[in-house]
Amino acid sequence: MIVAERKPLEEIESMLKGYRRVLTVGCGTCVAVCLAGGEKEVGILNAELQIARKLDENPIELGAACVERQCDMEFLDELQGMVDQYDAILSMACGAGVQFMAERFEDVPVFPAVDTTFIGANRDVGWYEEKCRACGTCVLGMTAGICPVTMCAKGLFNGPCGGTNNGYCEIGNDQPCAWYRIYERLARQGRLEQIMEIHPANEWRNQTPRTLVQAAYRKRKELAAS
Amino acid sequence: MELKSGSNLEKILRAGQFAFTGELGPPRGANDAAVREKAKFLRGVVDSVNITDNQTAMVRMSSWAASLIALQEGLEPNYQMVCRDRNRLAMQSDVLGAYALGIRNMLCLSGDHQQFGDHPRAKSVYDIDSMQLIQMVQGMRDGGKFQGGADIETPPRVFIGAAANPFADPFEWRVHRLAKKVKAGADFIQTQCIYNMDKFRRWVQQANDMGLTEKVFILAGVTPMKSIGMARYMKTKVPGMDVPDAIIKRLQGVDKKKVADEGIQIACEQIAEFKEMKGVAGVHLMAIEWEHKVPEIAERAGMLPRPQV
Ligand code: SF4
Ligand code: SF4
Repeated sequence: MIVAERKPLEEIESMLKGYRRVLTVGCGTCVAVCLAGGEKEVGILNAELQIARKLDENPIELGAACVERQCDMEFLDELQGMVDQYDAILSMACGAGVQFMAERFEDVPVFPAVDTTFIGANRDVGWYEEKCRACGTCVLGMTAGICPVTMCAKGLFNGPCGGTNNGYCEIGNDQPCAWYRIYERLARQGRLEQIMEIHPANEWRNQTPRTLVQAAYRKRKELAAS
Repeated sequence: MELKSGSNLEKILRAGQFAFTGELGPPRGANDAAVREKAKFLRGVVDSVNITDNQTAMVRMSSWAASLIALQEGLEPNYQMVCRDRNRLAMQSDVLGAYALGIRNMLCLSGDHQQFGDHPRAKSVYDIDSMQLIQMVQGMRDGGKFQGGADIETPPRVFIGAAANPFADPFEWRVHRLAKKVKAGADFIQTQCIYNMDKFRRWVQQANDMGLTEKVFILAGVTPMKSIGMARYMKTKVPGMDVPDAIIKRLQGVDKKKVADEGIQIACEQIAEFKEMKGVAGVHLMAIEWEHKVPEIAERAGMLPRPQV
């Protein structure tokens, strides 16, 4: 999932300084799961903002909503009737959601309430780890399910480098060396031949904005375009 | 004798002479005299001198520029390039420029992580890694092609070096990594500073057994210990460095004023062994900020005079 972190209250306050009626919109998917921008967090943020603005003698009127997914236009339509009553929208979705919101309601300023941090997994309650940088050419099959782009500090494709230190990365003792673990796991599976060959220079596919249309829907996209 | 680059280092190695290379760290400023001053001690003493590239991720005078100054001073540079600071476009254009201006050896490295240096929040590049850099330069030289596939009008004929650390774990993997670098196109290897001779012997033995030392020249890395503090620092603080306690004990065993001398003595004993060791083609002496001691070390290790080829 996409993992995000709520922005500090001061930063959100400063973005909203000139606005008196603001609609805070949560997102019910990734950011809800990682406890950054779901329905509950909308309530908490609004309460904090309410108090802060009262103290500043600059009261604010806050609305609250939460849609299933802000990264889907269909769900944004639900807000159609509400948005007119506000001078700004505070989106608690990830960067994709915020942008779709801004596109859907082009006349209204939209502000982000969270910092979108990474694609990650849930290690424990409230504890998330980055796992993927969406490089576009997944090599996990060769690397025993450990991502070298994300987990190796240098993003090496032919590791481990000479800095690996008792199984830890040269950057510090609490960061395991990704390539050491790749080696160990491949060795355990009897698959070391996977990394015996040189992995050639990566053809980076994440250097321009990407669009993906699944094969079954390509016709539909062409029709929409014409 | 067919030469890939015609560099002095290549000629020495192909002639079967025991090579001796040194190291020079460019200054943290625009002062060319600092490079000339260090170069003075190395001229005629080493076959080629490594010019480090923003070593330990600290900004320094660019390695190609310092390489040119070394060249003017009568030294043959071994131009180091790390993958941390440049993408494949910048790397290839620097290789062309370096060759055009007379640089004939280069060393392809991953580079220390920027977290160690004075710009810890810099964005690193790592567009390609050291293995792919070797492969790219080899393709430029022998294939006459850029990494992207286009032809190069005048290919850069450089002697391609790579690093190896026999001491980083997993140990069993290290010789395979060497094999990968040889396959990628490395002509010579300079190793991490060696202190654990036993482990090094085992690594070279594996390389011999796999036939790698017939395909690549291995230069054994030597760094004399200047002090007990340095030995301790190398042991505990430098990632991938293996300093046996015996080395520290030996340094502790001599009079305080004699520690540096003992460090040099240890280095000379190592060099003596490397000269006899099957699979070792030379020594790479990294006398860190100790360039002025290199002539003395070379003399004591019996490396002088350098052969003319
Ligand atoms: S290799 Fe690329 S796609 Fe696969 S997990 Fe890593 S970053 Fe993500
Ligand atoms: S020590 Fe391991 S994780 Fe760290 S940069 Fe080297 S190969 Fe990557």
